[in-house]
Amino acid sequence: MAAVAEARSKGGWRDTFEQRRFLAPLLISPAVLYILLLVGAPLVLAVYLSLTDATAGSLSGHFVGLHNYADVWHSENFRRALRNTIFFTVVSQAIVLVGASILAHQLVKPFRGRWFLRFLVVLPWAAPVALGTIGWLWIFESTLSVANWSLVHLQTGVLGHLGLHLIDPLDPPQWLGRPNLAMASLIMVHTWRILPFATVIFIAGLASIPAEVDDAARVDAATGLRKFWYVTLPLQLPIALVALLFGIVFTATDITVVYILTNGGPFNQTQMLPMWAFQTGIRSGSLGEGAAISLYLLPILVVVSIVMLWFARRAEVT
Amino acid sequence: MSASARSSIVSWIIVGPFAIILAFPFYWMLMTSLKTNGDLYDVNHDPFVFNAAPAAPNESQPLKGHGWLPLGAENITTHNYGFIFHEPGIHYVRWLENTALVGGVVVLITLALALPAGYALARLSGRWGQSAGVGIFLVYLVPPTLLFLPLSRVVAELGLQDRLLSLILVYPSFTVPFSTWLLMGFFKTIPAELEDAALVDGASRLKALARIVFPISLPGILTVVIFSFSLCVNEFIYAVTFISTSDARTVSTGVPLELIRGDVYFWQSLMAATLIPAIPLALLYNLFLDRFIAGFTGGAFR
Repeated sequence: MAAVAEARSKGGWRDTFEQRRFLAPLLISPAVLYILLLVGAPLVLAVYLSLTDATAGSLSGHFVGLHNYADVWHSENFRRALRNTIFFTVVSQAIVLVGASILAHQLVKPFRGRWFLRFLVVLPWAAPVALGTIGWLWIFESTLSVANWSLVHLQTGVLGHLGLHLIDPLDPPQWLGRPNLAMASLIMVHTWRILPFATVIFIAGLASIPAEVDDAARVDAATGLRKFWYVTLPLQLPIALVALLFGIVFTATDITVVYILTNGGPFNQTQMLPMWAFQTGIRSGSLGEGAAISLYLLPILVVVSIVMLWFARRAEVT
Repeated sequence: MSASARSSIVSWIIVGPFAIILAFPFYWMLMTSLKTNGDLYDVNHDPFVFNAAPAAPNESQPLKGHGWLPLGAENITTHNYGFIFHEPGIHYVRWLENTALVGGVVVLITLALALPAGYALARLSGRWGQSAGVGIFLVYLVPPTLLFLPLSRVVAELGLQDRLLSLILVYPSFTVPFSTWLLMGFFKTIPAELEDAALVDGASRLKALARIVFPISLPGILTVVIFSFSLCVNEFIYAVTFISTSDARTVSTGVPLELIRGDVYFWQSLMAATLIPAIPLALLYNLFLDRFIAGFTGGAFR
């Protein structure tokens, strides 16, 4: 290191430039400035807008205090959107966690054809989400739905003989036309979308567990569930929590899937907070109210992030 | 049967059903995109094969007469792919071009900002670099859902509506934090001794960066290029909010908003239009997935 210091002490402005305390900020600041300008400033602007009666026509509204927040809170659609968003996020992420654990456990070890299976598993995450969702729109189509065709034929072919008659072939389920089914469809599509991402992150977590740990567990005769509970799980927890954090944020704030699949319908029954903010702020032009709706998400996301990262850090230390 | 073959079979039995469900929509898009109208819209047809049906004069069937093909593949038509490229009033090619342009320029801006920042965070800034890195990472978690309303006003004030420039300026707000994080992870894996050796030889820090660090990290940089580009192709809400003219759309908004008109669905063309960008992107994605994992976890969560 002495040689390095000597090589550097050639003097002049270059010397100053080379010093860490100048060079590091110089390299970092363009990125930080860009982010402050395009994330920080709009976030502040969103808070400002939510406190005014601004409309799509102009930025300058009158200051109305917390009026928008109160107004929005008392709307039936908002409350339903909030309930839906929480329900949809919790259920889809629960399924994702279970599915990703199972998949990652298999895909982390080498076996014949693993690359091919992983390719198929990762597809929903690799393809643009808006386009994948159009595929589902077609699968759930009202008269030509392949899901219904398969269910009807499964029923006449197999289930009917067992005395199971789940659906009426002449009036099959309207996946996107009935509130509960539409909600189930949204959860399904989002699970489909996030599961590959969570699986990939889980694989990374499993792969980073050193082989010595496995050996030690074997010496202590820890196998199966015991090994999973006392060895694998604690070691995998930090990264699993990060995957979950991403999953929650991406799901709770997603607008693409609901926009394309149901547009909040039928009759606002599958409304979500981001969709409702878009409807209010852009389509109806009530910028202030729209901003207030989306900002209701912020405290939820902040709390979730802090809790997750706190747990991740704790799990890392112990 | 050997133990390894047995465990292979178990893996296939467990992963197989998941793989089928996860990949099914893409298989279904492919099937649908090759069907004639007469085949698709007959509810008595088995949708899992290509059925013989009277084809319209413009629905060319290049495999007709090859009855030995499985799934009735002699009845496929390639018309739907031609439709999205040649039908007047459908700007599909334009959307692809727009997407490539926006993605390409955004990737360049991203590299210009994230390469120096990622390197500095990995190497130069010591302990607080770790916290700054996590800070930048957290910015990635600030969703567009919170920002699209205020940004829509800013875009309008600047007169950028319906112009791709609005997307080019806004997209780095999510690609830069994400890429800085990944690059930080990659740079950490390069031993500092390599640069120190160059510094001893009298090279400046920036020269060492350009001559030694960046060439070694090329695979990592390519990973960042692929994933940033795909984030741009994926983006939906900004593109919906800022752009409302058909010929300025990107592929993610053009296909769902312009090819679906009221109750009229051109399902086969719709499916063709979604497959064309999805397949190459998915292949690239998988190719760079291992490096992505290394970068994502190499940052701090170890």
